[in-house]
Amino acid sequence: MTFIRQILTVAAKDLRSEIRTKEAINASLSFALVILLLFSFAFDPTSETTREIAGGLLWLAFAFAGVLILNRSFARELQNDCLDMLNASPVPAPALFLGKALANYVLLVGIEAVCLPVFGVFYNVTWYTHLGQLVLVLLLATWGITVVGTVFSALTVNLRLREIMLPMLMYPVLIPCLMAAMRLSTVLIDGQPITGDDLAWLRLLIGFDIIFTSLAVVLIDTVLIG
Amino acid sequence: MSALAVEAVWKFYGDYPALRDIRFSVERGQCIALLGRNGAGKTTLIRILAGLSRPTKGFVRLFGRDAGERATRAQVGIIGHGIGIYDELSALENLKLFAGLYALPSPARVAAEWLERTGLDRVKDGLVREFSRGMRQRLAVARAFLHNPQLLLLDEPFTALDDRAIALLQGLLRDALHEGRTVLMSTHQLREAMELATHVALINRGRLAYTGERSPEMLADPGYLYRVHGEA
Repeated sequence: MTFIRQILTVAAKDLRSEIRTKEAINASLSFALVILLLFSFAFDPTSETTREIAGGLLWLAFAFAGVLILNRSFARELQNDCLDMLNASPVPAPALFLGKALANYVLLVGIEAVCLPVFGVFYNVTWYTHLGQLVLVLLLATWGITVVGTVFSALTVNLRLREIMLPMLMYPVLIPCLMAAMRLSTVLIDGQPITGDDLAWLRLLIGFDIIFTSLAVVLIDTVLIG
Repeated sequence: MSALAVEAVWKFYGDYPALRDIRFSVERGQCIALLGRNGAGKTTLIRILAGLSRPTKGFVRLFGRDAGERATRAQVGIIGHGIGIYDELSALENLKLFAGLYALPSPARVAAEWLERTGLDRVKDGLVREFSRGMRQRLAVARAFLHNPQLLLLDEPFTALDDRAIALLQGLLRDALHEGRTVLMSTHQLREAMELATHVALINRGRLAYTGERSPEMLADPGYLYRVHGEA
């Protein structure tokens, strides 16, 4: 019970800090919207090709915008050496990690919730035909991005070039997650449900989340203390 | 069982030995002043004691257990170089946060109590970024003490404090020692340190140059230790 309370305490602290400063939210949201807008100029929204790559465009925007949220996650702890005080507290490293991941997750899902209707307007697609399945894909893939990004955010927090290092380390690891999310989102935005072979992509997403969450929880103590 | 035992600790940064074969112990209820010039290795040692860094060789035990264990950390209060306080939260929110992280039964009550003890209750809802340096340092003192730690690790605790705040901190430390708690502090403010210390350790370039009881000579003349045991 204490473990869960500690997770929620860390998450609430991060969310409160971010809502007060709005540093990452503003940067991430405006970046995602600009990417969607620019892509809509680059591709003809009414063409069949655009529909075929709609999921890819959407997840590229989410993945790029997500880095801005994830970069701030541990960087905000550097001010006043707050990370030292968190590490010196009796909070287990996995609770600290899951608390920060939960806060990042809430912020990322919020940004996606704003971007999705905008995406529908810019690209002239009816994205809500299979809303339940699309939400499931969004939640699973966003957790994958969040878990991997939060670990690498902790790993790169003391690097001078962390803004560059985080995406360089994170994106290659995220390839399976992003591939599955792109494929499934394209199918759903095209108005078809997830069936048959596409279920394998859904299983891949679930497996990715379980494997990387487990790995992160096991390794985070070494990442934080060294 | 010692409150704190440092056994043959070495710490290397690359090839450079920041700490070389440090050995000493501190019993419960003692206050040890950790002295040394800038770059001597005091902060490195305190970080190892706090579980924030691992020694390259040797080990550290707090109350007979490994310093890195999370359960041990619940008994340790720290004031480091950074104040460890969030600028974008209020004073009350900061203390409630740390009371929650230390799983104290009623975080709001404990936070309010410590804000009053440190004279910050009137600005409890003010954001820390609007505080003066002295107020921030007092809040850091409250943060370090609020979970009633049995061992206090203080790295330059008197820095940026005005006379009243120094008196407040000295009073809190005296109370802590009176209750049988243990204090280790590094400082360059020798007079304040000698008034509180029961023991003294001097580090020179990563080596322990002296450890022992604080003598009357040290209290009368804070520079005595450096002259007798320090570098030429």
